[in-house]
Amino acid sequence: MPLLKNNAFVPESWLHLGAEDPLPEGVNVTIPFSRLKNEWESLANFPGQLGTVLSNTNHAEDVAHFLPHLALVILPFPAFVDGRAYSIARQIRLLGYRGELRATGNILPDQFQYMAQVGFNSFEVSERFPLEIWQQASKQMSLAYQRGLYRRVGEAEVWSERHEETAPEPTPWEEQPHAG
Amino acid sequence: MYRYDEFDHQFVQERTAQFRDQANRRLSGALTEDEFRPLRLMNGLYLQLHAYMLRVAIPYGTLSSKQMRQLAYIADKWDRGYGHFTTRQNIQYNWIKLEDTADILAALAEVEMHAIQTSGNCIRNVTTDHWAGAAADEIADPRPVGELLRQWSSLHPEFSYLPRKFKIAVTGAPNDRAAVKVHDIGLRLHKNDAGAIGWEVMVGGGQGRTPMIAVTVRDFLPEKELVAYIEAIMRVYNLYGRRDNKYKARIKILVHEIGAEKFKAEVEAEYARRPEQTTHVEERELQRIADYFAPPAFEKLSRFSPTFEEAKLLHPGFARWARNNLAAHRVDGYTIVNISLKPEGGIPGDATSDQMRLMADLAERYSHDELRVSHPQNIILPHVKKDDALAIWQALVPAELATSNYGLAGDIIACPGMDYCSLATARSIPISQAISRKFADLDVQEKIGPVKINISGCINACGHHHVGHIGILGLDKKGEEFYQITLGGSSTESASIGSILGPGFAGHEVADAIEKILTTYVNLRQPGEEFLYAYRRLGPQPFKEALYAAA
Repeated sequence: MPLLKNNAFVPESWLHLGAEDPLPEGVNVTIPFSRLKNEWESLANFPGQLGTVLSNTNHAEDVAHFLPHLALVILPFPAFVDGRAYSIARQIRLLGYRGELRATGNILPDQFQYMAQVGFNSFEVSERFPLEIWQQASKQMSLAYQRGLYRRVGEAEVWSERHEETAPEPTPWEEQPHAG
Repeated sequence: MYRYDEFDHQFVQERTAQFRDQANRRLSGALTEDEFRPLRLMNGLYLQLHAYMLRVAIPYGTLSSKQMRQLAYIADKWDRGYGHFTTRQNIQYNWIKLEDTADILAALAEVEMHAIQTSGNCIRNVTTDHWAGAAADEIADPRPVGELLRQWSSLHPEFSYLPRKFKIAVTGAPNDRAAVKVHDIGLRLHKNDAGAIGWEVMVGGGQGRTPMIAVTVRDFLPEKELVAYIEAIMRVYNLYGRRDNKYKARIKILVHEIGAEKFKAEVEAEYARRPEQTTHVEERELQRIADYFAPPAFEKLSRFSPTFEEAKLLHPGFARWARNNLAAHRVDGYTIVNISLKPEGGIPGDATSDQMRLMADLAERYSHDELRVSHPQNIILPHVKKDDALAIWQALVPAELATSNYGLAGDIIACPGMDYCSLATARSIPISQAISRKFADLDVQEKIGPVKINISGCINACGHHHVGHIGILGLDKKGEEFYQITLGGSSTESASIGSILGPGFAGHEVADAIEKILTTYVNLRQPGEEFLYAYRRLGPQPFKEALYAAA
């Protein structure tokens, strides 16, 4: 499955472990969220970057405690019509998480821009679509009414443009523009 | 009226281009039907029994004459010369081709209209009081909030794949004509003793298989907090609303299953977590929008119009229409004209393109260029001088638009039913037509007085039978259509769900049964007591006896 980041396919740099796999040295690993919770004491000294894999029934407040120590959070879309992960992503970003937030599962170009707007910045996508389709999909709409979401460069926030006398103050989020 | 600025124009144009691309990919096979379905639904395109149906948004039911003429043009060019106005203040075209849809959306964009989110599991067109800005009892015009929420909800990235559809209704008047208590979110304006205004926020109302009255989660929310607070409600629903069973997926089931208090606590907790306390942009945006809804330049007129009074004496037909179809305007010398789309034997809510153009002309000439689509499927000219009422009536008569039955037995709400809809279990339109013919005599209708008869062709309740004073629900019993009758429903500020009276009836028996119910009411009512209140006093027993005792 290709990994899409900043509008390009990139190689995977993480090792994804299951509940029982031994922890290797010197690589970045993700582990399921339940394992992260259970083994947190021993994981605190892990000599590499840590990530976790959530399900879309996990509560953001349960994850909050761990977020400052994570460099990758993976959130799945079991079906593209199951929109829970949009809200969880938003909550995780609202909690201040700045690391990589990856969408997996049933990811289609027509929902791609929405995912980026709520804070996803990497995407495990199907081989069915070439890169150009994703690049087009990332900029289908050049403006949105909602405030406080992630914007790619050139994407306008209508209400802010109408009413902020100067350009919107850079919010902490904009320090890290999302993919696209 | 609201007018698009450059941003709104660009937004709708980009959205149209996006849909054109999606439709082309579907036609080429690049998108599967499963992948395309949610996309087309979020652009108002349904697949019905015989063809695609396109539902066009009429935000908070307000239209200019130019927009109404464009709706007529679309009906002629891409449909069969008519359209159907719906209970959610929209219009539906029933005979649309997929390959024409993007062109229709482009034609709509020319007049600042779209079909965004008229279907699908997203936030639907926001509805309001159809007399907004005109009604004598109004605290403030609810449409600025309607427009604010239209923009905020349009292509909301977080709330476009909800567990189920989501409907918001707003009223600025104490007499609720927007049925806010049977919406997913209902907003009702209040003024406190200090003269400040705030919004009562109600959640979890709805109809369908499980009708429920909304519960109040905030009594008096400051207007500037509306967007942030609704966002908190939406997030709780998006996260915890059921997705395992589409019949239990509406927010009303979540509220019911976890309980109103727990639900409210979840929303408040989510609201407290919001990061950004600034609301100055929302406040400025609401003010910008409100300026568009400034009242038109009304003339200073006397409350009493000799011309109007004289016309009533001269034309008994006009006098009757004036009695039934005009409503009190907030400005002296003006009136609200309710044009009935319920002619005897007609299809409720249908209008031909010629009728649309005539109504547009009348609005341009006599009603400050404004029309409204009402929740009970009629068209309203909101700002008419009493002096002009006769001229309007005279123009409406030859177009079969002057039926004097507004709010009476003939003013029936009905869904399209099995004549069009693939979900329906029975036909609604022929039942409506039969009742309409049964009460063709307007003297009889006037003698009965105000009554709401609502007909749905299946349990999804698009015809609002649960909240009809008399509700009729069409079902299928072993391949035969039969109809259940409920009494005592209401969608107003004193909302209630109707109760099933007894065994159902065959289609050809329904109109007679309604007649028996109404005859029983007329015999038992106290002076001036409307049907709903008589039923609430009497209970079901006398009506049961009238319908079933002889059998």
